[in-house]
Amino acid sequence: MRFLSLAAALLAPAFASAQALPTDWNAVVDEARGQTVYWNAWGGSTATNDFIAWVGERVQDDYGVTLEHVKLSDTADAVTRVLSEQQAGLTSGGAIDLIWINGANFASMKDAGLLFGPFAESLPNRELVDVEGKTVTTDFTVPVDGMESPWAMAQVVFMYDTADVDGPVGSMAALLEWAMSHPGRFTYPQPPDFLGTTFLKQALVDLADATEVLAQPATDETYADVTAPLWAFLDQLTPHLWRDGRAYPATGPAQMQLIADGEVDIAISFSPGEATTAIANNQLPDTVRTFVLDRGTIGNASFVAIPFNSGATSGAMVVANFLLSPEAQARAQDPAVLGYGTVLNMDALSDTDRAMFEALDLGIATLSPAELGQAIAEPHPSWMTRIAEDWQTRYGVLQ
Amino acid sequence: MRAEPVLGFFSVGMIAVLAGPVLAGLIGVLLPAFGHFPQAGLTGPTFQPFRDLFDWPGIGPSIRLSVTTGLIATLASLILSLVIVATTQGTRGFAAVQAMLAPLLSVPHAAAAFSLAFLIAPSGFVARALSPWATGWDRPPDVLIVGDPQGFALVAGLVIKEVPFLLLMILAALPQVRPSQTLLSAAALGYGRVSAWFFCVFPNIYRQIRLPIYAVLAFSMSVVDVALILGPTTPSSLSVNIVRWMSDPDISLRTRAAAGAVVQLGLVLSVVAAWWLAERLCAVIGRQVGPSGRRHGWAERIWPIGAFAGMALVVTGVTGAGVLGLWSVAGFWGFPDVLPDGVSLRGWRRHASDLGKALSDTVVIAFLATAAALVLVVSALQSDRPKSARWLVYLPLIIPQTVFLPGLQTLLIGANADRGIGPVIAAHLIFVLPYVYLTLVDPWRAWDSRYASVGAALGRSPMAVLFTLRLPMLLRPVLTAVAVGTAVSVGQYLPTLLIGGGRVSTLTTEALALASGGDRQAIAVFAIMQTLAALAPFAIALGLPALVWRNRRGLSNG
Repeated sequence: MRFLSLAAALLAPAFASAQALPTDWNAVVDEARGQTVYWNAWGGSTATNDFIAWVGERVQDDYGVTLEHVKLSDTADAVTRVLSEQQAGLTSGGAIDLIWINGANFASMKDAGLLFGPFAESLPNRELVDVEGKTVTTDFTVPVDGMESPWAMAQVVFMYDTADVDGPVGSMAALLEWAMSHPGRFTYPQPPDFLGTTFLKQALVDLADATEVLAQPATDETYADVTAPLWAFLDQLTPHLWRDGRAYPATGPAQMQLIADGEVDIAISFSPGEATTAIANNQLPDTVRTFVLDRGTIGNASFVAIPFNSGATSGAMVVANFLLSPEAQARAQDPAVLGYGTVLNMDALSDTDRAMFEALDLGIATLSPAELGQAIAEPHPSWMTRIAEDWQTRYGVLQ
Repeated sequence: MRAEPVLGFFSVGMIAVLAGPVLAGLIGVLLPAFGHFPQAGLTGPTFQPFRDLFDWPGIGPSIRLSVTTGLIATLASLILSLVIVATTQGTRGFAAVQAMLAPLLSVPHAAAAFSLAFLIAPSGFVARALSPWATGWDRPPDVLIVGDPQGFALVAGLVIKEVPFLLLMILAALPQVRPSQTLLSAAALGYGRVSAWFFCVFPNIYRQIRLPIYAVLAFSMSVVDVALILGPTTPSSLSVNIVRWMSDPDISLRTRAAAGAVVQLGLVLSVVAAWWLAERLCAVIGRQVGPSGRRHGWAERIWPIGAFAGMALVVTGVTGAGVLGLWSVAGFWGFPDVLPDGVSLRGWRRHASDLGKALSDTVVIAFLATAAALVLVVSALQSDRPKSARWLVYLPLIIPQTVFLPGLQTLLIGANADRGIGPVIAAHLIFVLPYVYLTLVDPWRAWDSRYASVGAALGRSPMAVLFTLRLPMLLRPVLTAVAVGTAVSVGQYLPTLLIGGGRVSTLTTEALALASGGDRQAIAVFAIMQTLAALAPFAIALGLPALVWRNRRGLSNG
């Protein structure tokens, strides 16, 4: 039942794209001038919204591309939209030109033939990207194949208020212990919010004995075995959560607000620079710092993808390419703006561009790249889907 | 007044605007509910969507929540508004209630819900004001207030908005039942004010406010925006889940959403029917107790409740608005500080361009929807159709939005017409029109038709009479209707979200999108703008007539 729609989509004939691929970049830039690009991106964070508005000003000035930010409360809304358009037979002039995407949403769009491309590896700024050291060629283990272009690196960190917590908590087992001795002082966003499911995945990875199997699609046998420690952990943790686990914050920022209000002391974040940015924006007290787990934390890349029926593919590619420029990347990494990790290879940059990154003050609550350590790869998306469903049955329905 | 053939056409237009989309939406929801959904490659009929719905683990609690919160909110709102009127009528408090009504009524549901959340949360303003000196809290207590599993916060948020609406409806009905004379007669027979009001005035009033009460009941049972802000999440009420399934990337979940919408409709109709039975029962009891001759002196002692309820409403409204205002300019504001660290216009500057864009879309949509509603209502009133229009007008208010809007959206996507501002304006019109009609119908009928006879005797056509006599004389109620219509349009969440395909963003949809992010400053900025957008037309409705009539005092009616 759940995947009927995808099955139906797979049976549909492949679509031929009208626009040229970016082999001739000058032609792309020419065609882009005057186009309006509707970028569907999550709109719940003021810092991100401001950054996207800045991107809009810059691509307008340099390329004559008008960027409209369609603010989503959930990226899945955009996937639905493209899917509905495909089902209605709308093969050009769709409502969406660019989507901020990764993980399960990317996997389902790629599978269903809803994406334009491959384009990412032909973008001029692609040669600056660190394809070796950063996970930009796979997205939650699914090969990217040039169907989406990376623009930011994310890694799980935990924010904690040094006014209330003695120091970093090095593992999920230690977090459970801490939560039991500080009842009501920890929570996580309610799955299926992406940060909430990220917490579940982080717990899964940290508690599991062997993690190799997580790179493969979940099967009934592997799923039961590998997730058993996770459910045992959650069964113990839930009664000691904020509000006894009877309510959860809706999203990451809502969870962050709870630290500001002094309601909780530790919160998960998927952006190493978020705490510093939030302190600058008066959204967190300046006593907040961050830590990572001893065995490392999950990391992934944020991408942009172009729907198959976009009417402004050239404009969308110009935006995707601009996002990879040293100027945009350095601005995104500036904690006063966004605090997102860069996808660029510092050795590939010119001296002046590299100096721009070196001059960045990462801020009081941001860990250095060495402290962050190597990120752990995301499990295959099938794990997240099943875990989120099971969480709903086990903890999402109280009565 | 004779019907003009051209204008009779507009009555048909009104039926088309009100009943058309509701019926189309019902069809659009019934088909997928029974498994017929060609867009997802499904053909019915089958009961699979209902099986799927009832297999969903949260279904029992979410249905129970919809029924209990809806019923409690309606009952509490009705009792409070009746007590407020019964205890204050003829006193100075009554004038105060009347004066506060328009602003309270115009505050959009979402803004009211936000300000309530900012007040009553464990880290909210009330706790801050009392901490730590009275409570001993140096950090917020770990108690579940906003989003409690029983939905009490949701009920409170609904009551704040529904009491002003019911008060307005009661006040509109009052003059026709001549309460002063009735109350005087009862007083001469030795009845106190409150018991006289309930025995002699209330039965006549109730007959007139029955439909508004059903509308409140249906709305409270199926509300989405207030439930997103104040309602529980483990699980949420049925309507919130319907909207969630509607926007799931898995398009086949829409059949479950449709089945949920059908269940929602069944729930609302059953509860309204049960309410109707309870009405009969109360009438029977009332007929026994009323003529018994007992004076029920105890009833007079409830007046402090009415006074307190009225005060509480006004105080909550004013403090809530104040706290919203404070958050919009706050620097860091930690618990338990009563006031923020610093104050700046940073939040306003930061959102200026987004605000401007959302405001202009909001204004354009509200203006066009209200203008269209006004034309249709005036035309229909001019042709003076019989009273059956009343039921028709209540149709979109009693059939829940979550029932027929998803169906309408599915149909529009099928027709590839679900984009741009046009369909959104049309969707707003469905909800604006009833309120414009209800605000205008009584003053319109009360207008002395002898003016028209004079006009006709002087050889003026009905159209000329309409534009030179009737509309100018009714300027004040017409502007009030425009203000009410604008406020309704500004507050619409679901029609904008579902019908606009996400590309049309108004102050309300932006505020709700920000709600998921929890940035209080951003939420406060948008909620305040939303309230101002809804309030401004009321200010104009108050001020403009004085200006227009400065040199034409004879036209001011009554």
